Amino acid sequence: MKRISKTAHSNLYTYGFVIIAYAVLMLITATGGISSSLKGQLVPICAYVVMAVSLNLTVGVLGELSLGHAGFMSVGAFTGVVACISLEALIPLAPLRMAISMVIGALCAGMAGALIGIPVLRLRGDYLAIVTLAFGEIIKNIINCLYVGTDSRGLHISFLTNSDALNLGEDGRVIIDGPMGISGITKISTFTTGIILILVTLFIVLNLVNSRSGRAIMALRDNRIAAESVGIPVTKYKMMAFVISAALAGAAGTLYAMNYSTIIATKFNFNTSILILVFVVLGGLGNVLGSIIAAAVLTVIPELLREFDDYRMLVYAIVLILVMIATNNAVFKSMLRRVLGKIRPSITKDVKEGP
Amino acid sequence: MLKVDNINVYYGAIHAIKGVSLEVNEGEIVTLIGANGAGKSTVLKTISGLLRSKTGEIIFLDENICSLASHKIVERGLAQVPEGRRVFLQMTVQENLEMGAYTRRGNIKGTMEKVYAQFPRLLERRKQVAGTLSGGEQQMLVMGRALMSHPKLLMLDEPSMGLAPILVEQIFAIIQTLNKEGTSILLVEQNAQMALSIADRAYVLETGSIAVSGTGRELIESDNIRKAYLGG
Repeated sequence: MKRISKTAHSNLYTYGFVIIAYAVLMLITATGGISSSLKGQLVPICAYVVMAVSLNLTVGVLGELSLGHAGFMSVGAFTGVVACISLEALIPLAPLRMAISMVIGALCAGMAGALIGIPVLRLRGDYLAIVTLAFGEIIKNIINCLYVGTDSRGLHISFLTNSDALNLGEDGRVIIDGPMGISGITKISTFTTGIILILVTLFIVLNLVNSRSGRAIMALRDNRIAAESVGIPVTKYKMMAFVISAALAGAAGTLYAMNYSTIIATKFNFNTSILILVFVVLGGLGNVLGSIIAAAVLTVIPELLREFDDYRMLVYAIVLILVMIATNNAVFKSMLRRVLGKIRPSITKDVKEGP
Repeated sequence: MLKVDNINVYYGAIHAIKGVSLEVNEGEIVTLIGANGAGKSTVLKTISGLLRSKTGEIIFLDENICSLASHKIVERGLAQVPEGRRVFLQMTVQENLEMGAYTRRGNIKGTMEKVYAQFPRLLERRKQVAGTLSGGEQQMLVMGRALMSHPKLLMLDEPSMGLAPILVEQIFAIIQTLNKEGTSILLVEQNAQMALSIADRAYVLETGSIAVSGTGRELIESDNIRKAYLGG
């Protein structure tokens, strides 16, 4: 029983961290103590935090390396925005429309996750990583060739043609214009929406990890053959983790897209997938709070370094390397642990530490 | 209680198991011995549903389990202790045992106590992370974990592998105790001497088919077996 209360304690710590960060940032924003460029980063930070936490479910908890996470973000972004624009007349209330769009984005990304999961989850290790990478690119290319429009008769979809092939009526509006993506989005993402999505994500992920299913997923990661021998249905739980991870990424995609007036498919490319993976690895595999902090800090740093202009990516790289060295150094870690005392906000206790 | 009838298993083009049939009756210890690569583990994996046979059938408690998924087979009461001490390294001893009861609903406390009574060593170490246990302790842990599912038949794959002789003796004593308490045992072993000494019946597997079968005593006294497997 002691163990359970300990995990509950560290979960509260994670929720608390997010809420306090929200309160502090709101306060600073209200008093005008935040630069406009940083203010513009608040929603993307939230989206990246959700991406990192959801990818942590696949990489840290399930133990499978996925390199196509941006693909699911893309599916969520485009389906969410299409839903949002289509529902504009029907639901004038922006927050409600936003919420519904995120749910639709999550559902579509979850479905994409299931479809991709069927072939991909038969593979393991490097092979799985390569195939997810390919699927991420495939999603990007599909959306690049996709044309979607809406008029009084409903949605029109066309593939590999051009926007004229949509046969829209007089009142029609092209939503996705192939490689041009979506333009003219009404920005209805807010920092508050982002924080709510983070909290929902944390609620889903932390509860899953501490549930019977979560135990089964971690058992799979630890030793697949042993897991099979105690009667854990391997495919079911792999799929569960993968689909939930994809769905959360989809919601994050919607949040992200609704923060910009224009969104194109190539934004969600391999680099984005790697960026999110860097958040997860740097934050610690299986460590949710670590993912949150890494995503936030690593999104802010390039912005802060903007004044160094040409050198900023260089400095960014050096910072990354230093953090890697610091977090993988046993002496440094034990010192850090002494400083932090007993607070160990990892979701899975004794997750692999060090290299 | 378990009847394996004419199974054929292939690894790609390689015909690994050629028409093997064997039987385990209620309350028996049956052992399957043979040299490296004879196909002993393959037979076990096929029974527990990790590999599929192209022909024949596997009947467990009057039900054909040939096409069942491996987790369904565990639910039926047929547990396997896989080869090579596969514990969940990052979980504690207690959590490993809890995972063993994965297919069961309801209270597992009684079973847990029984397992701890059987393996007092595990009780001492119950909060320790399984990766830090010694080889012998890990073997006890995987056996205890399999017992948590309340199996009617326990299949052990090379429980003596890589253990000191004194530990091997301990493990075999435990197998006998389990058997006396009502669990039937199917034991795959390289250590033919030990296996035959506790087995009611035995099968000798040679390059994918059963070469000899008989009671443990018969085989231990047979000259051919002695020469081939018991070292003179």
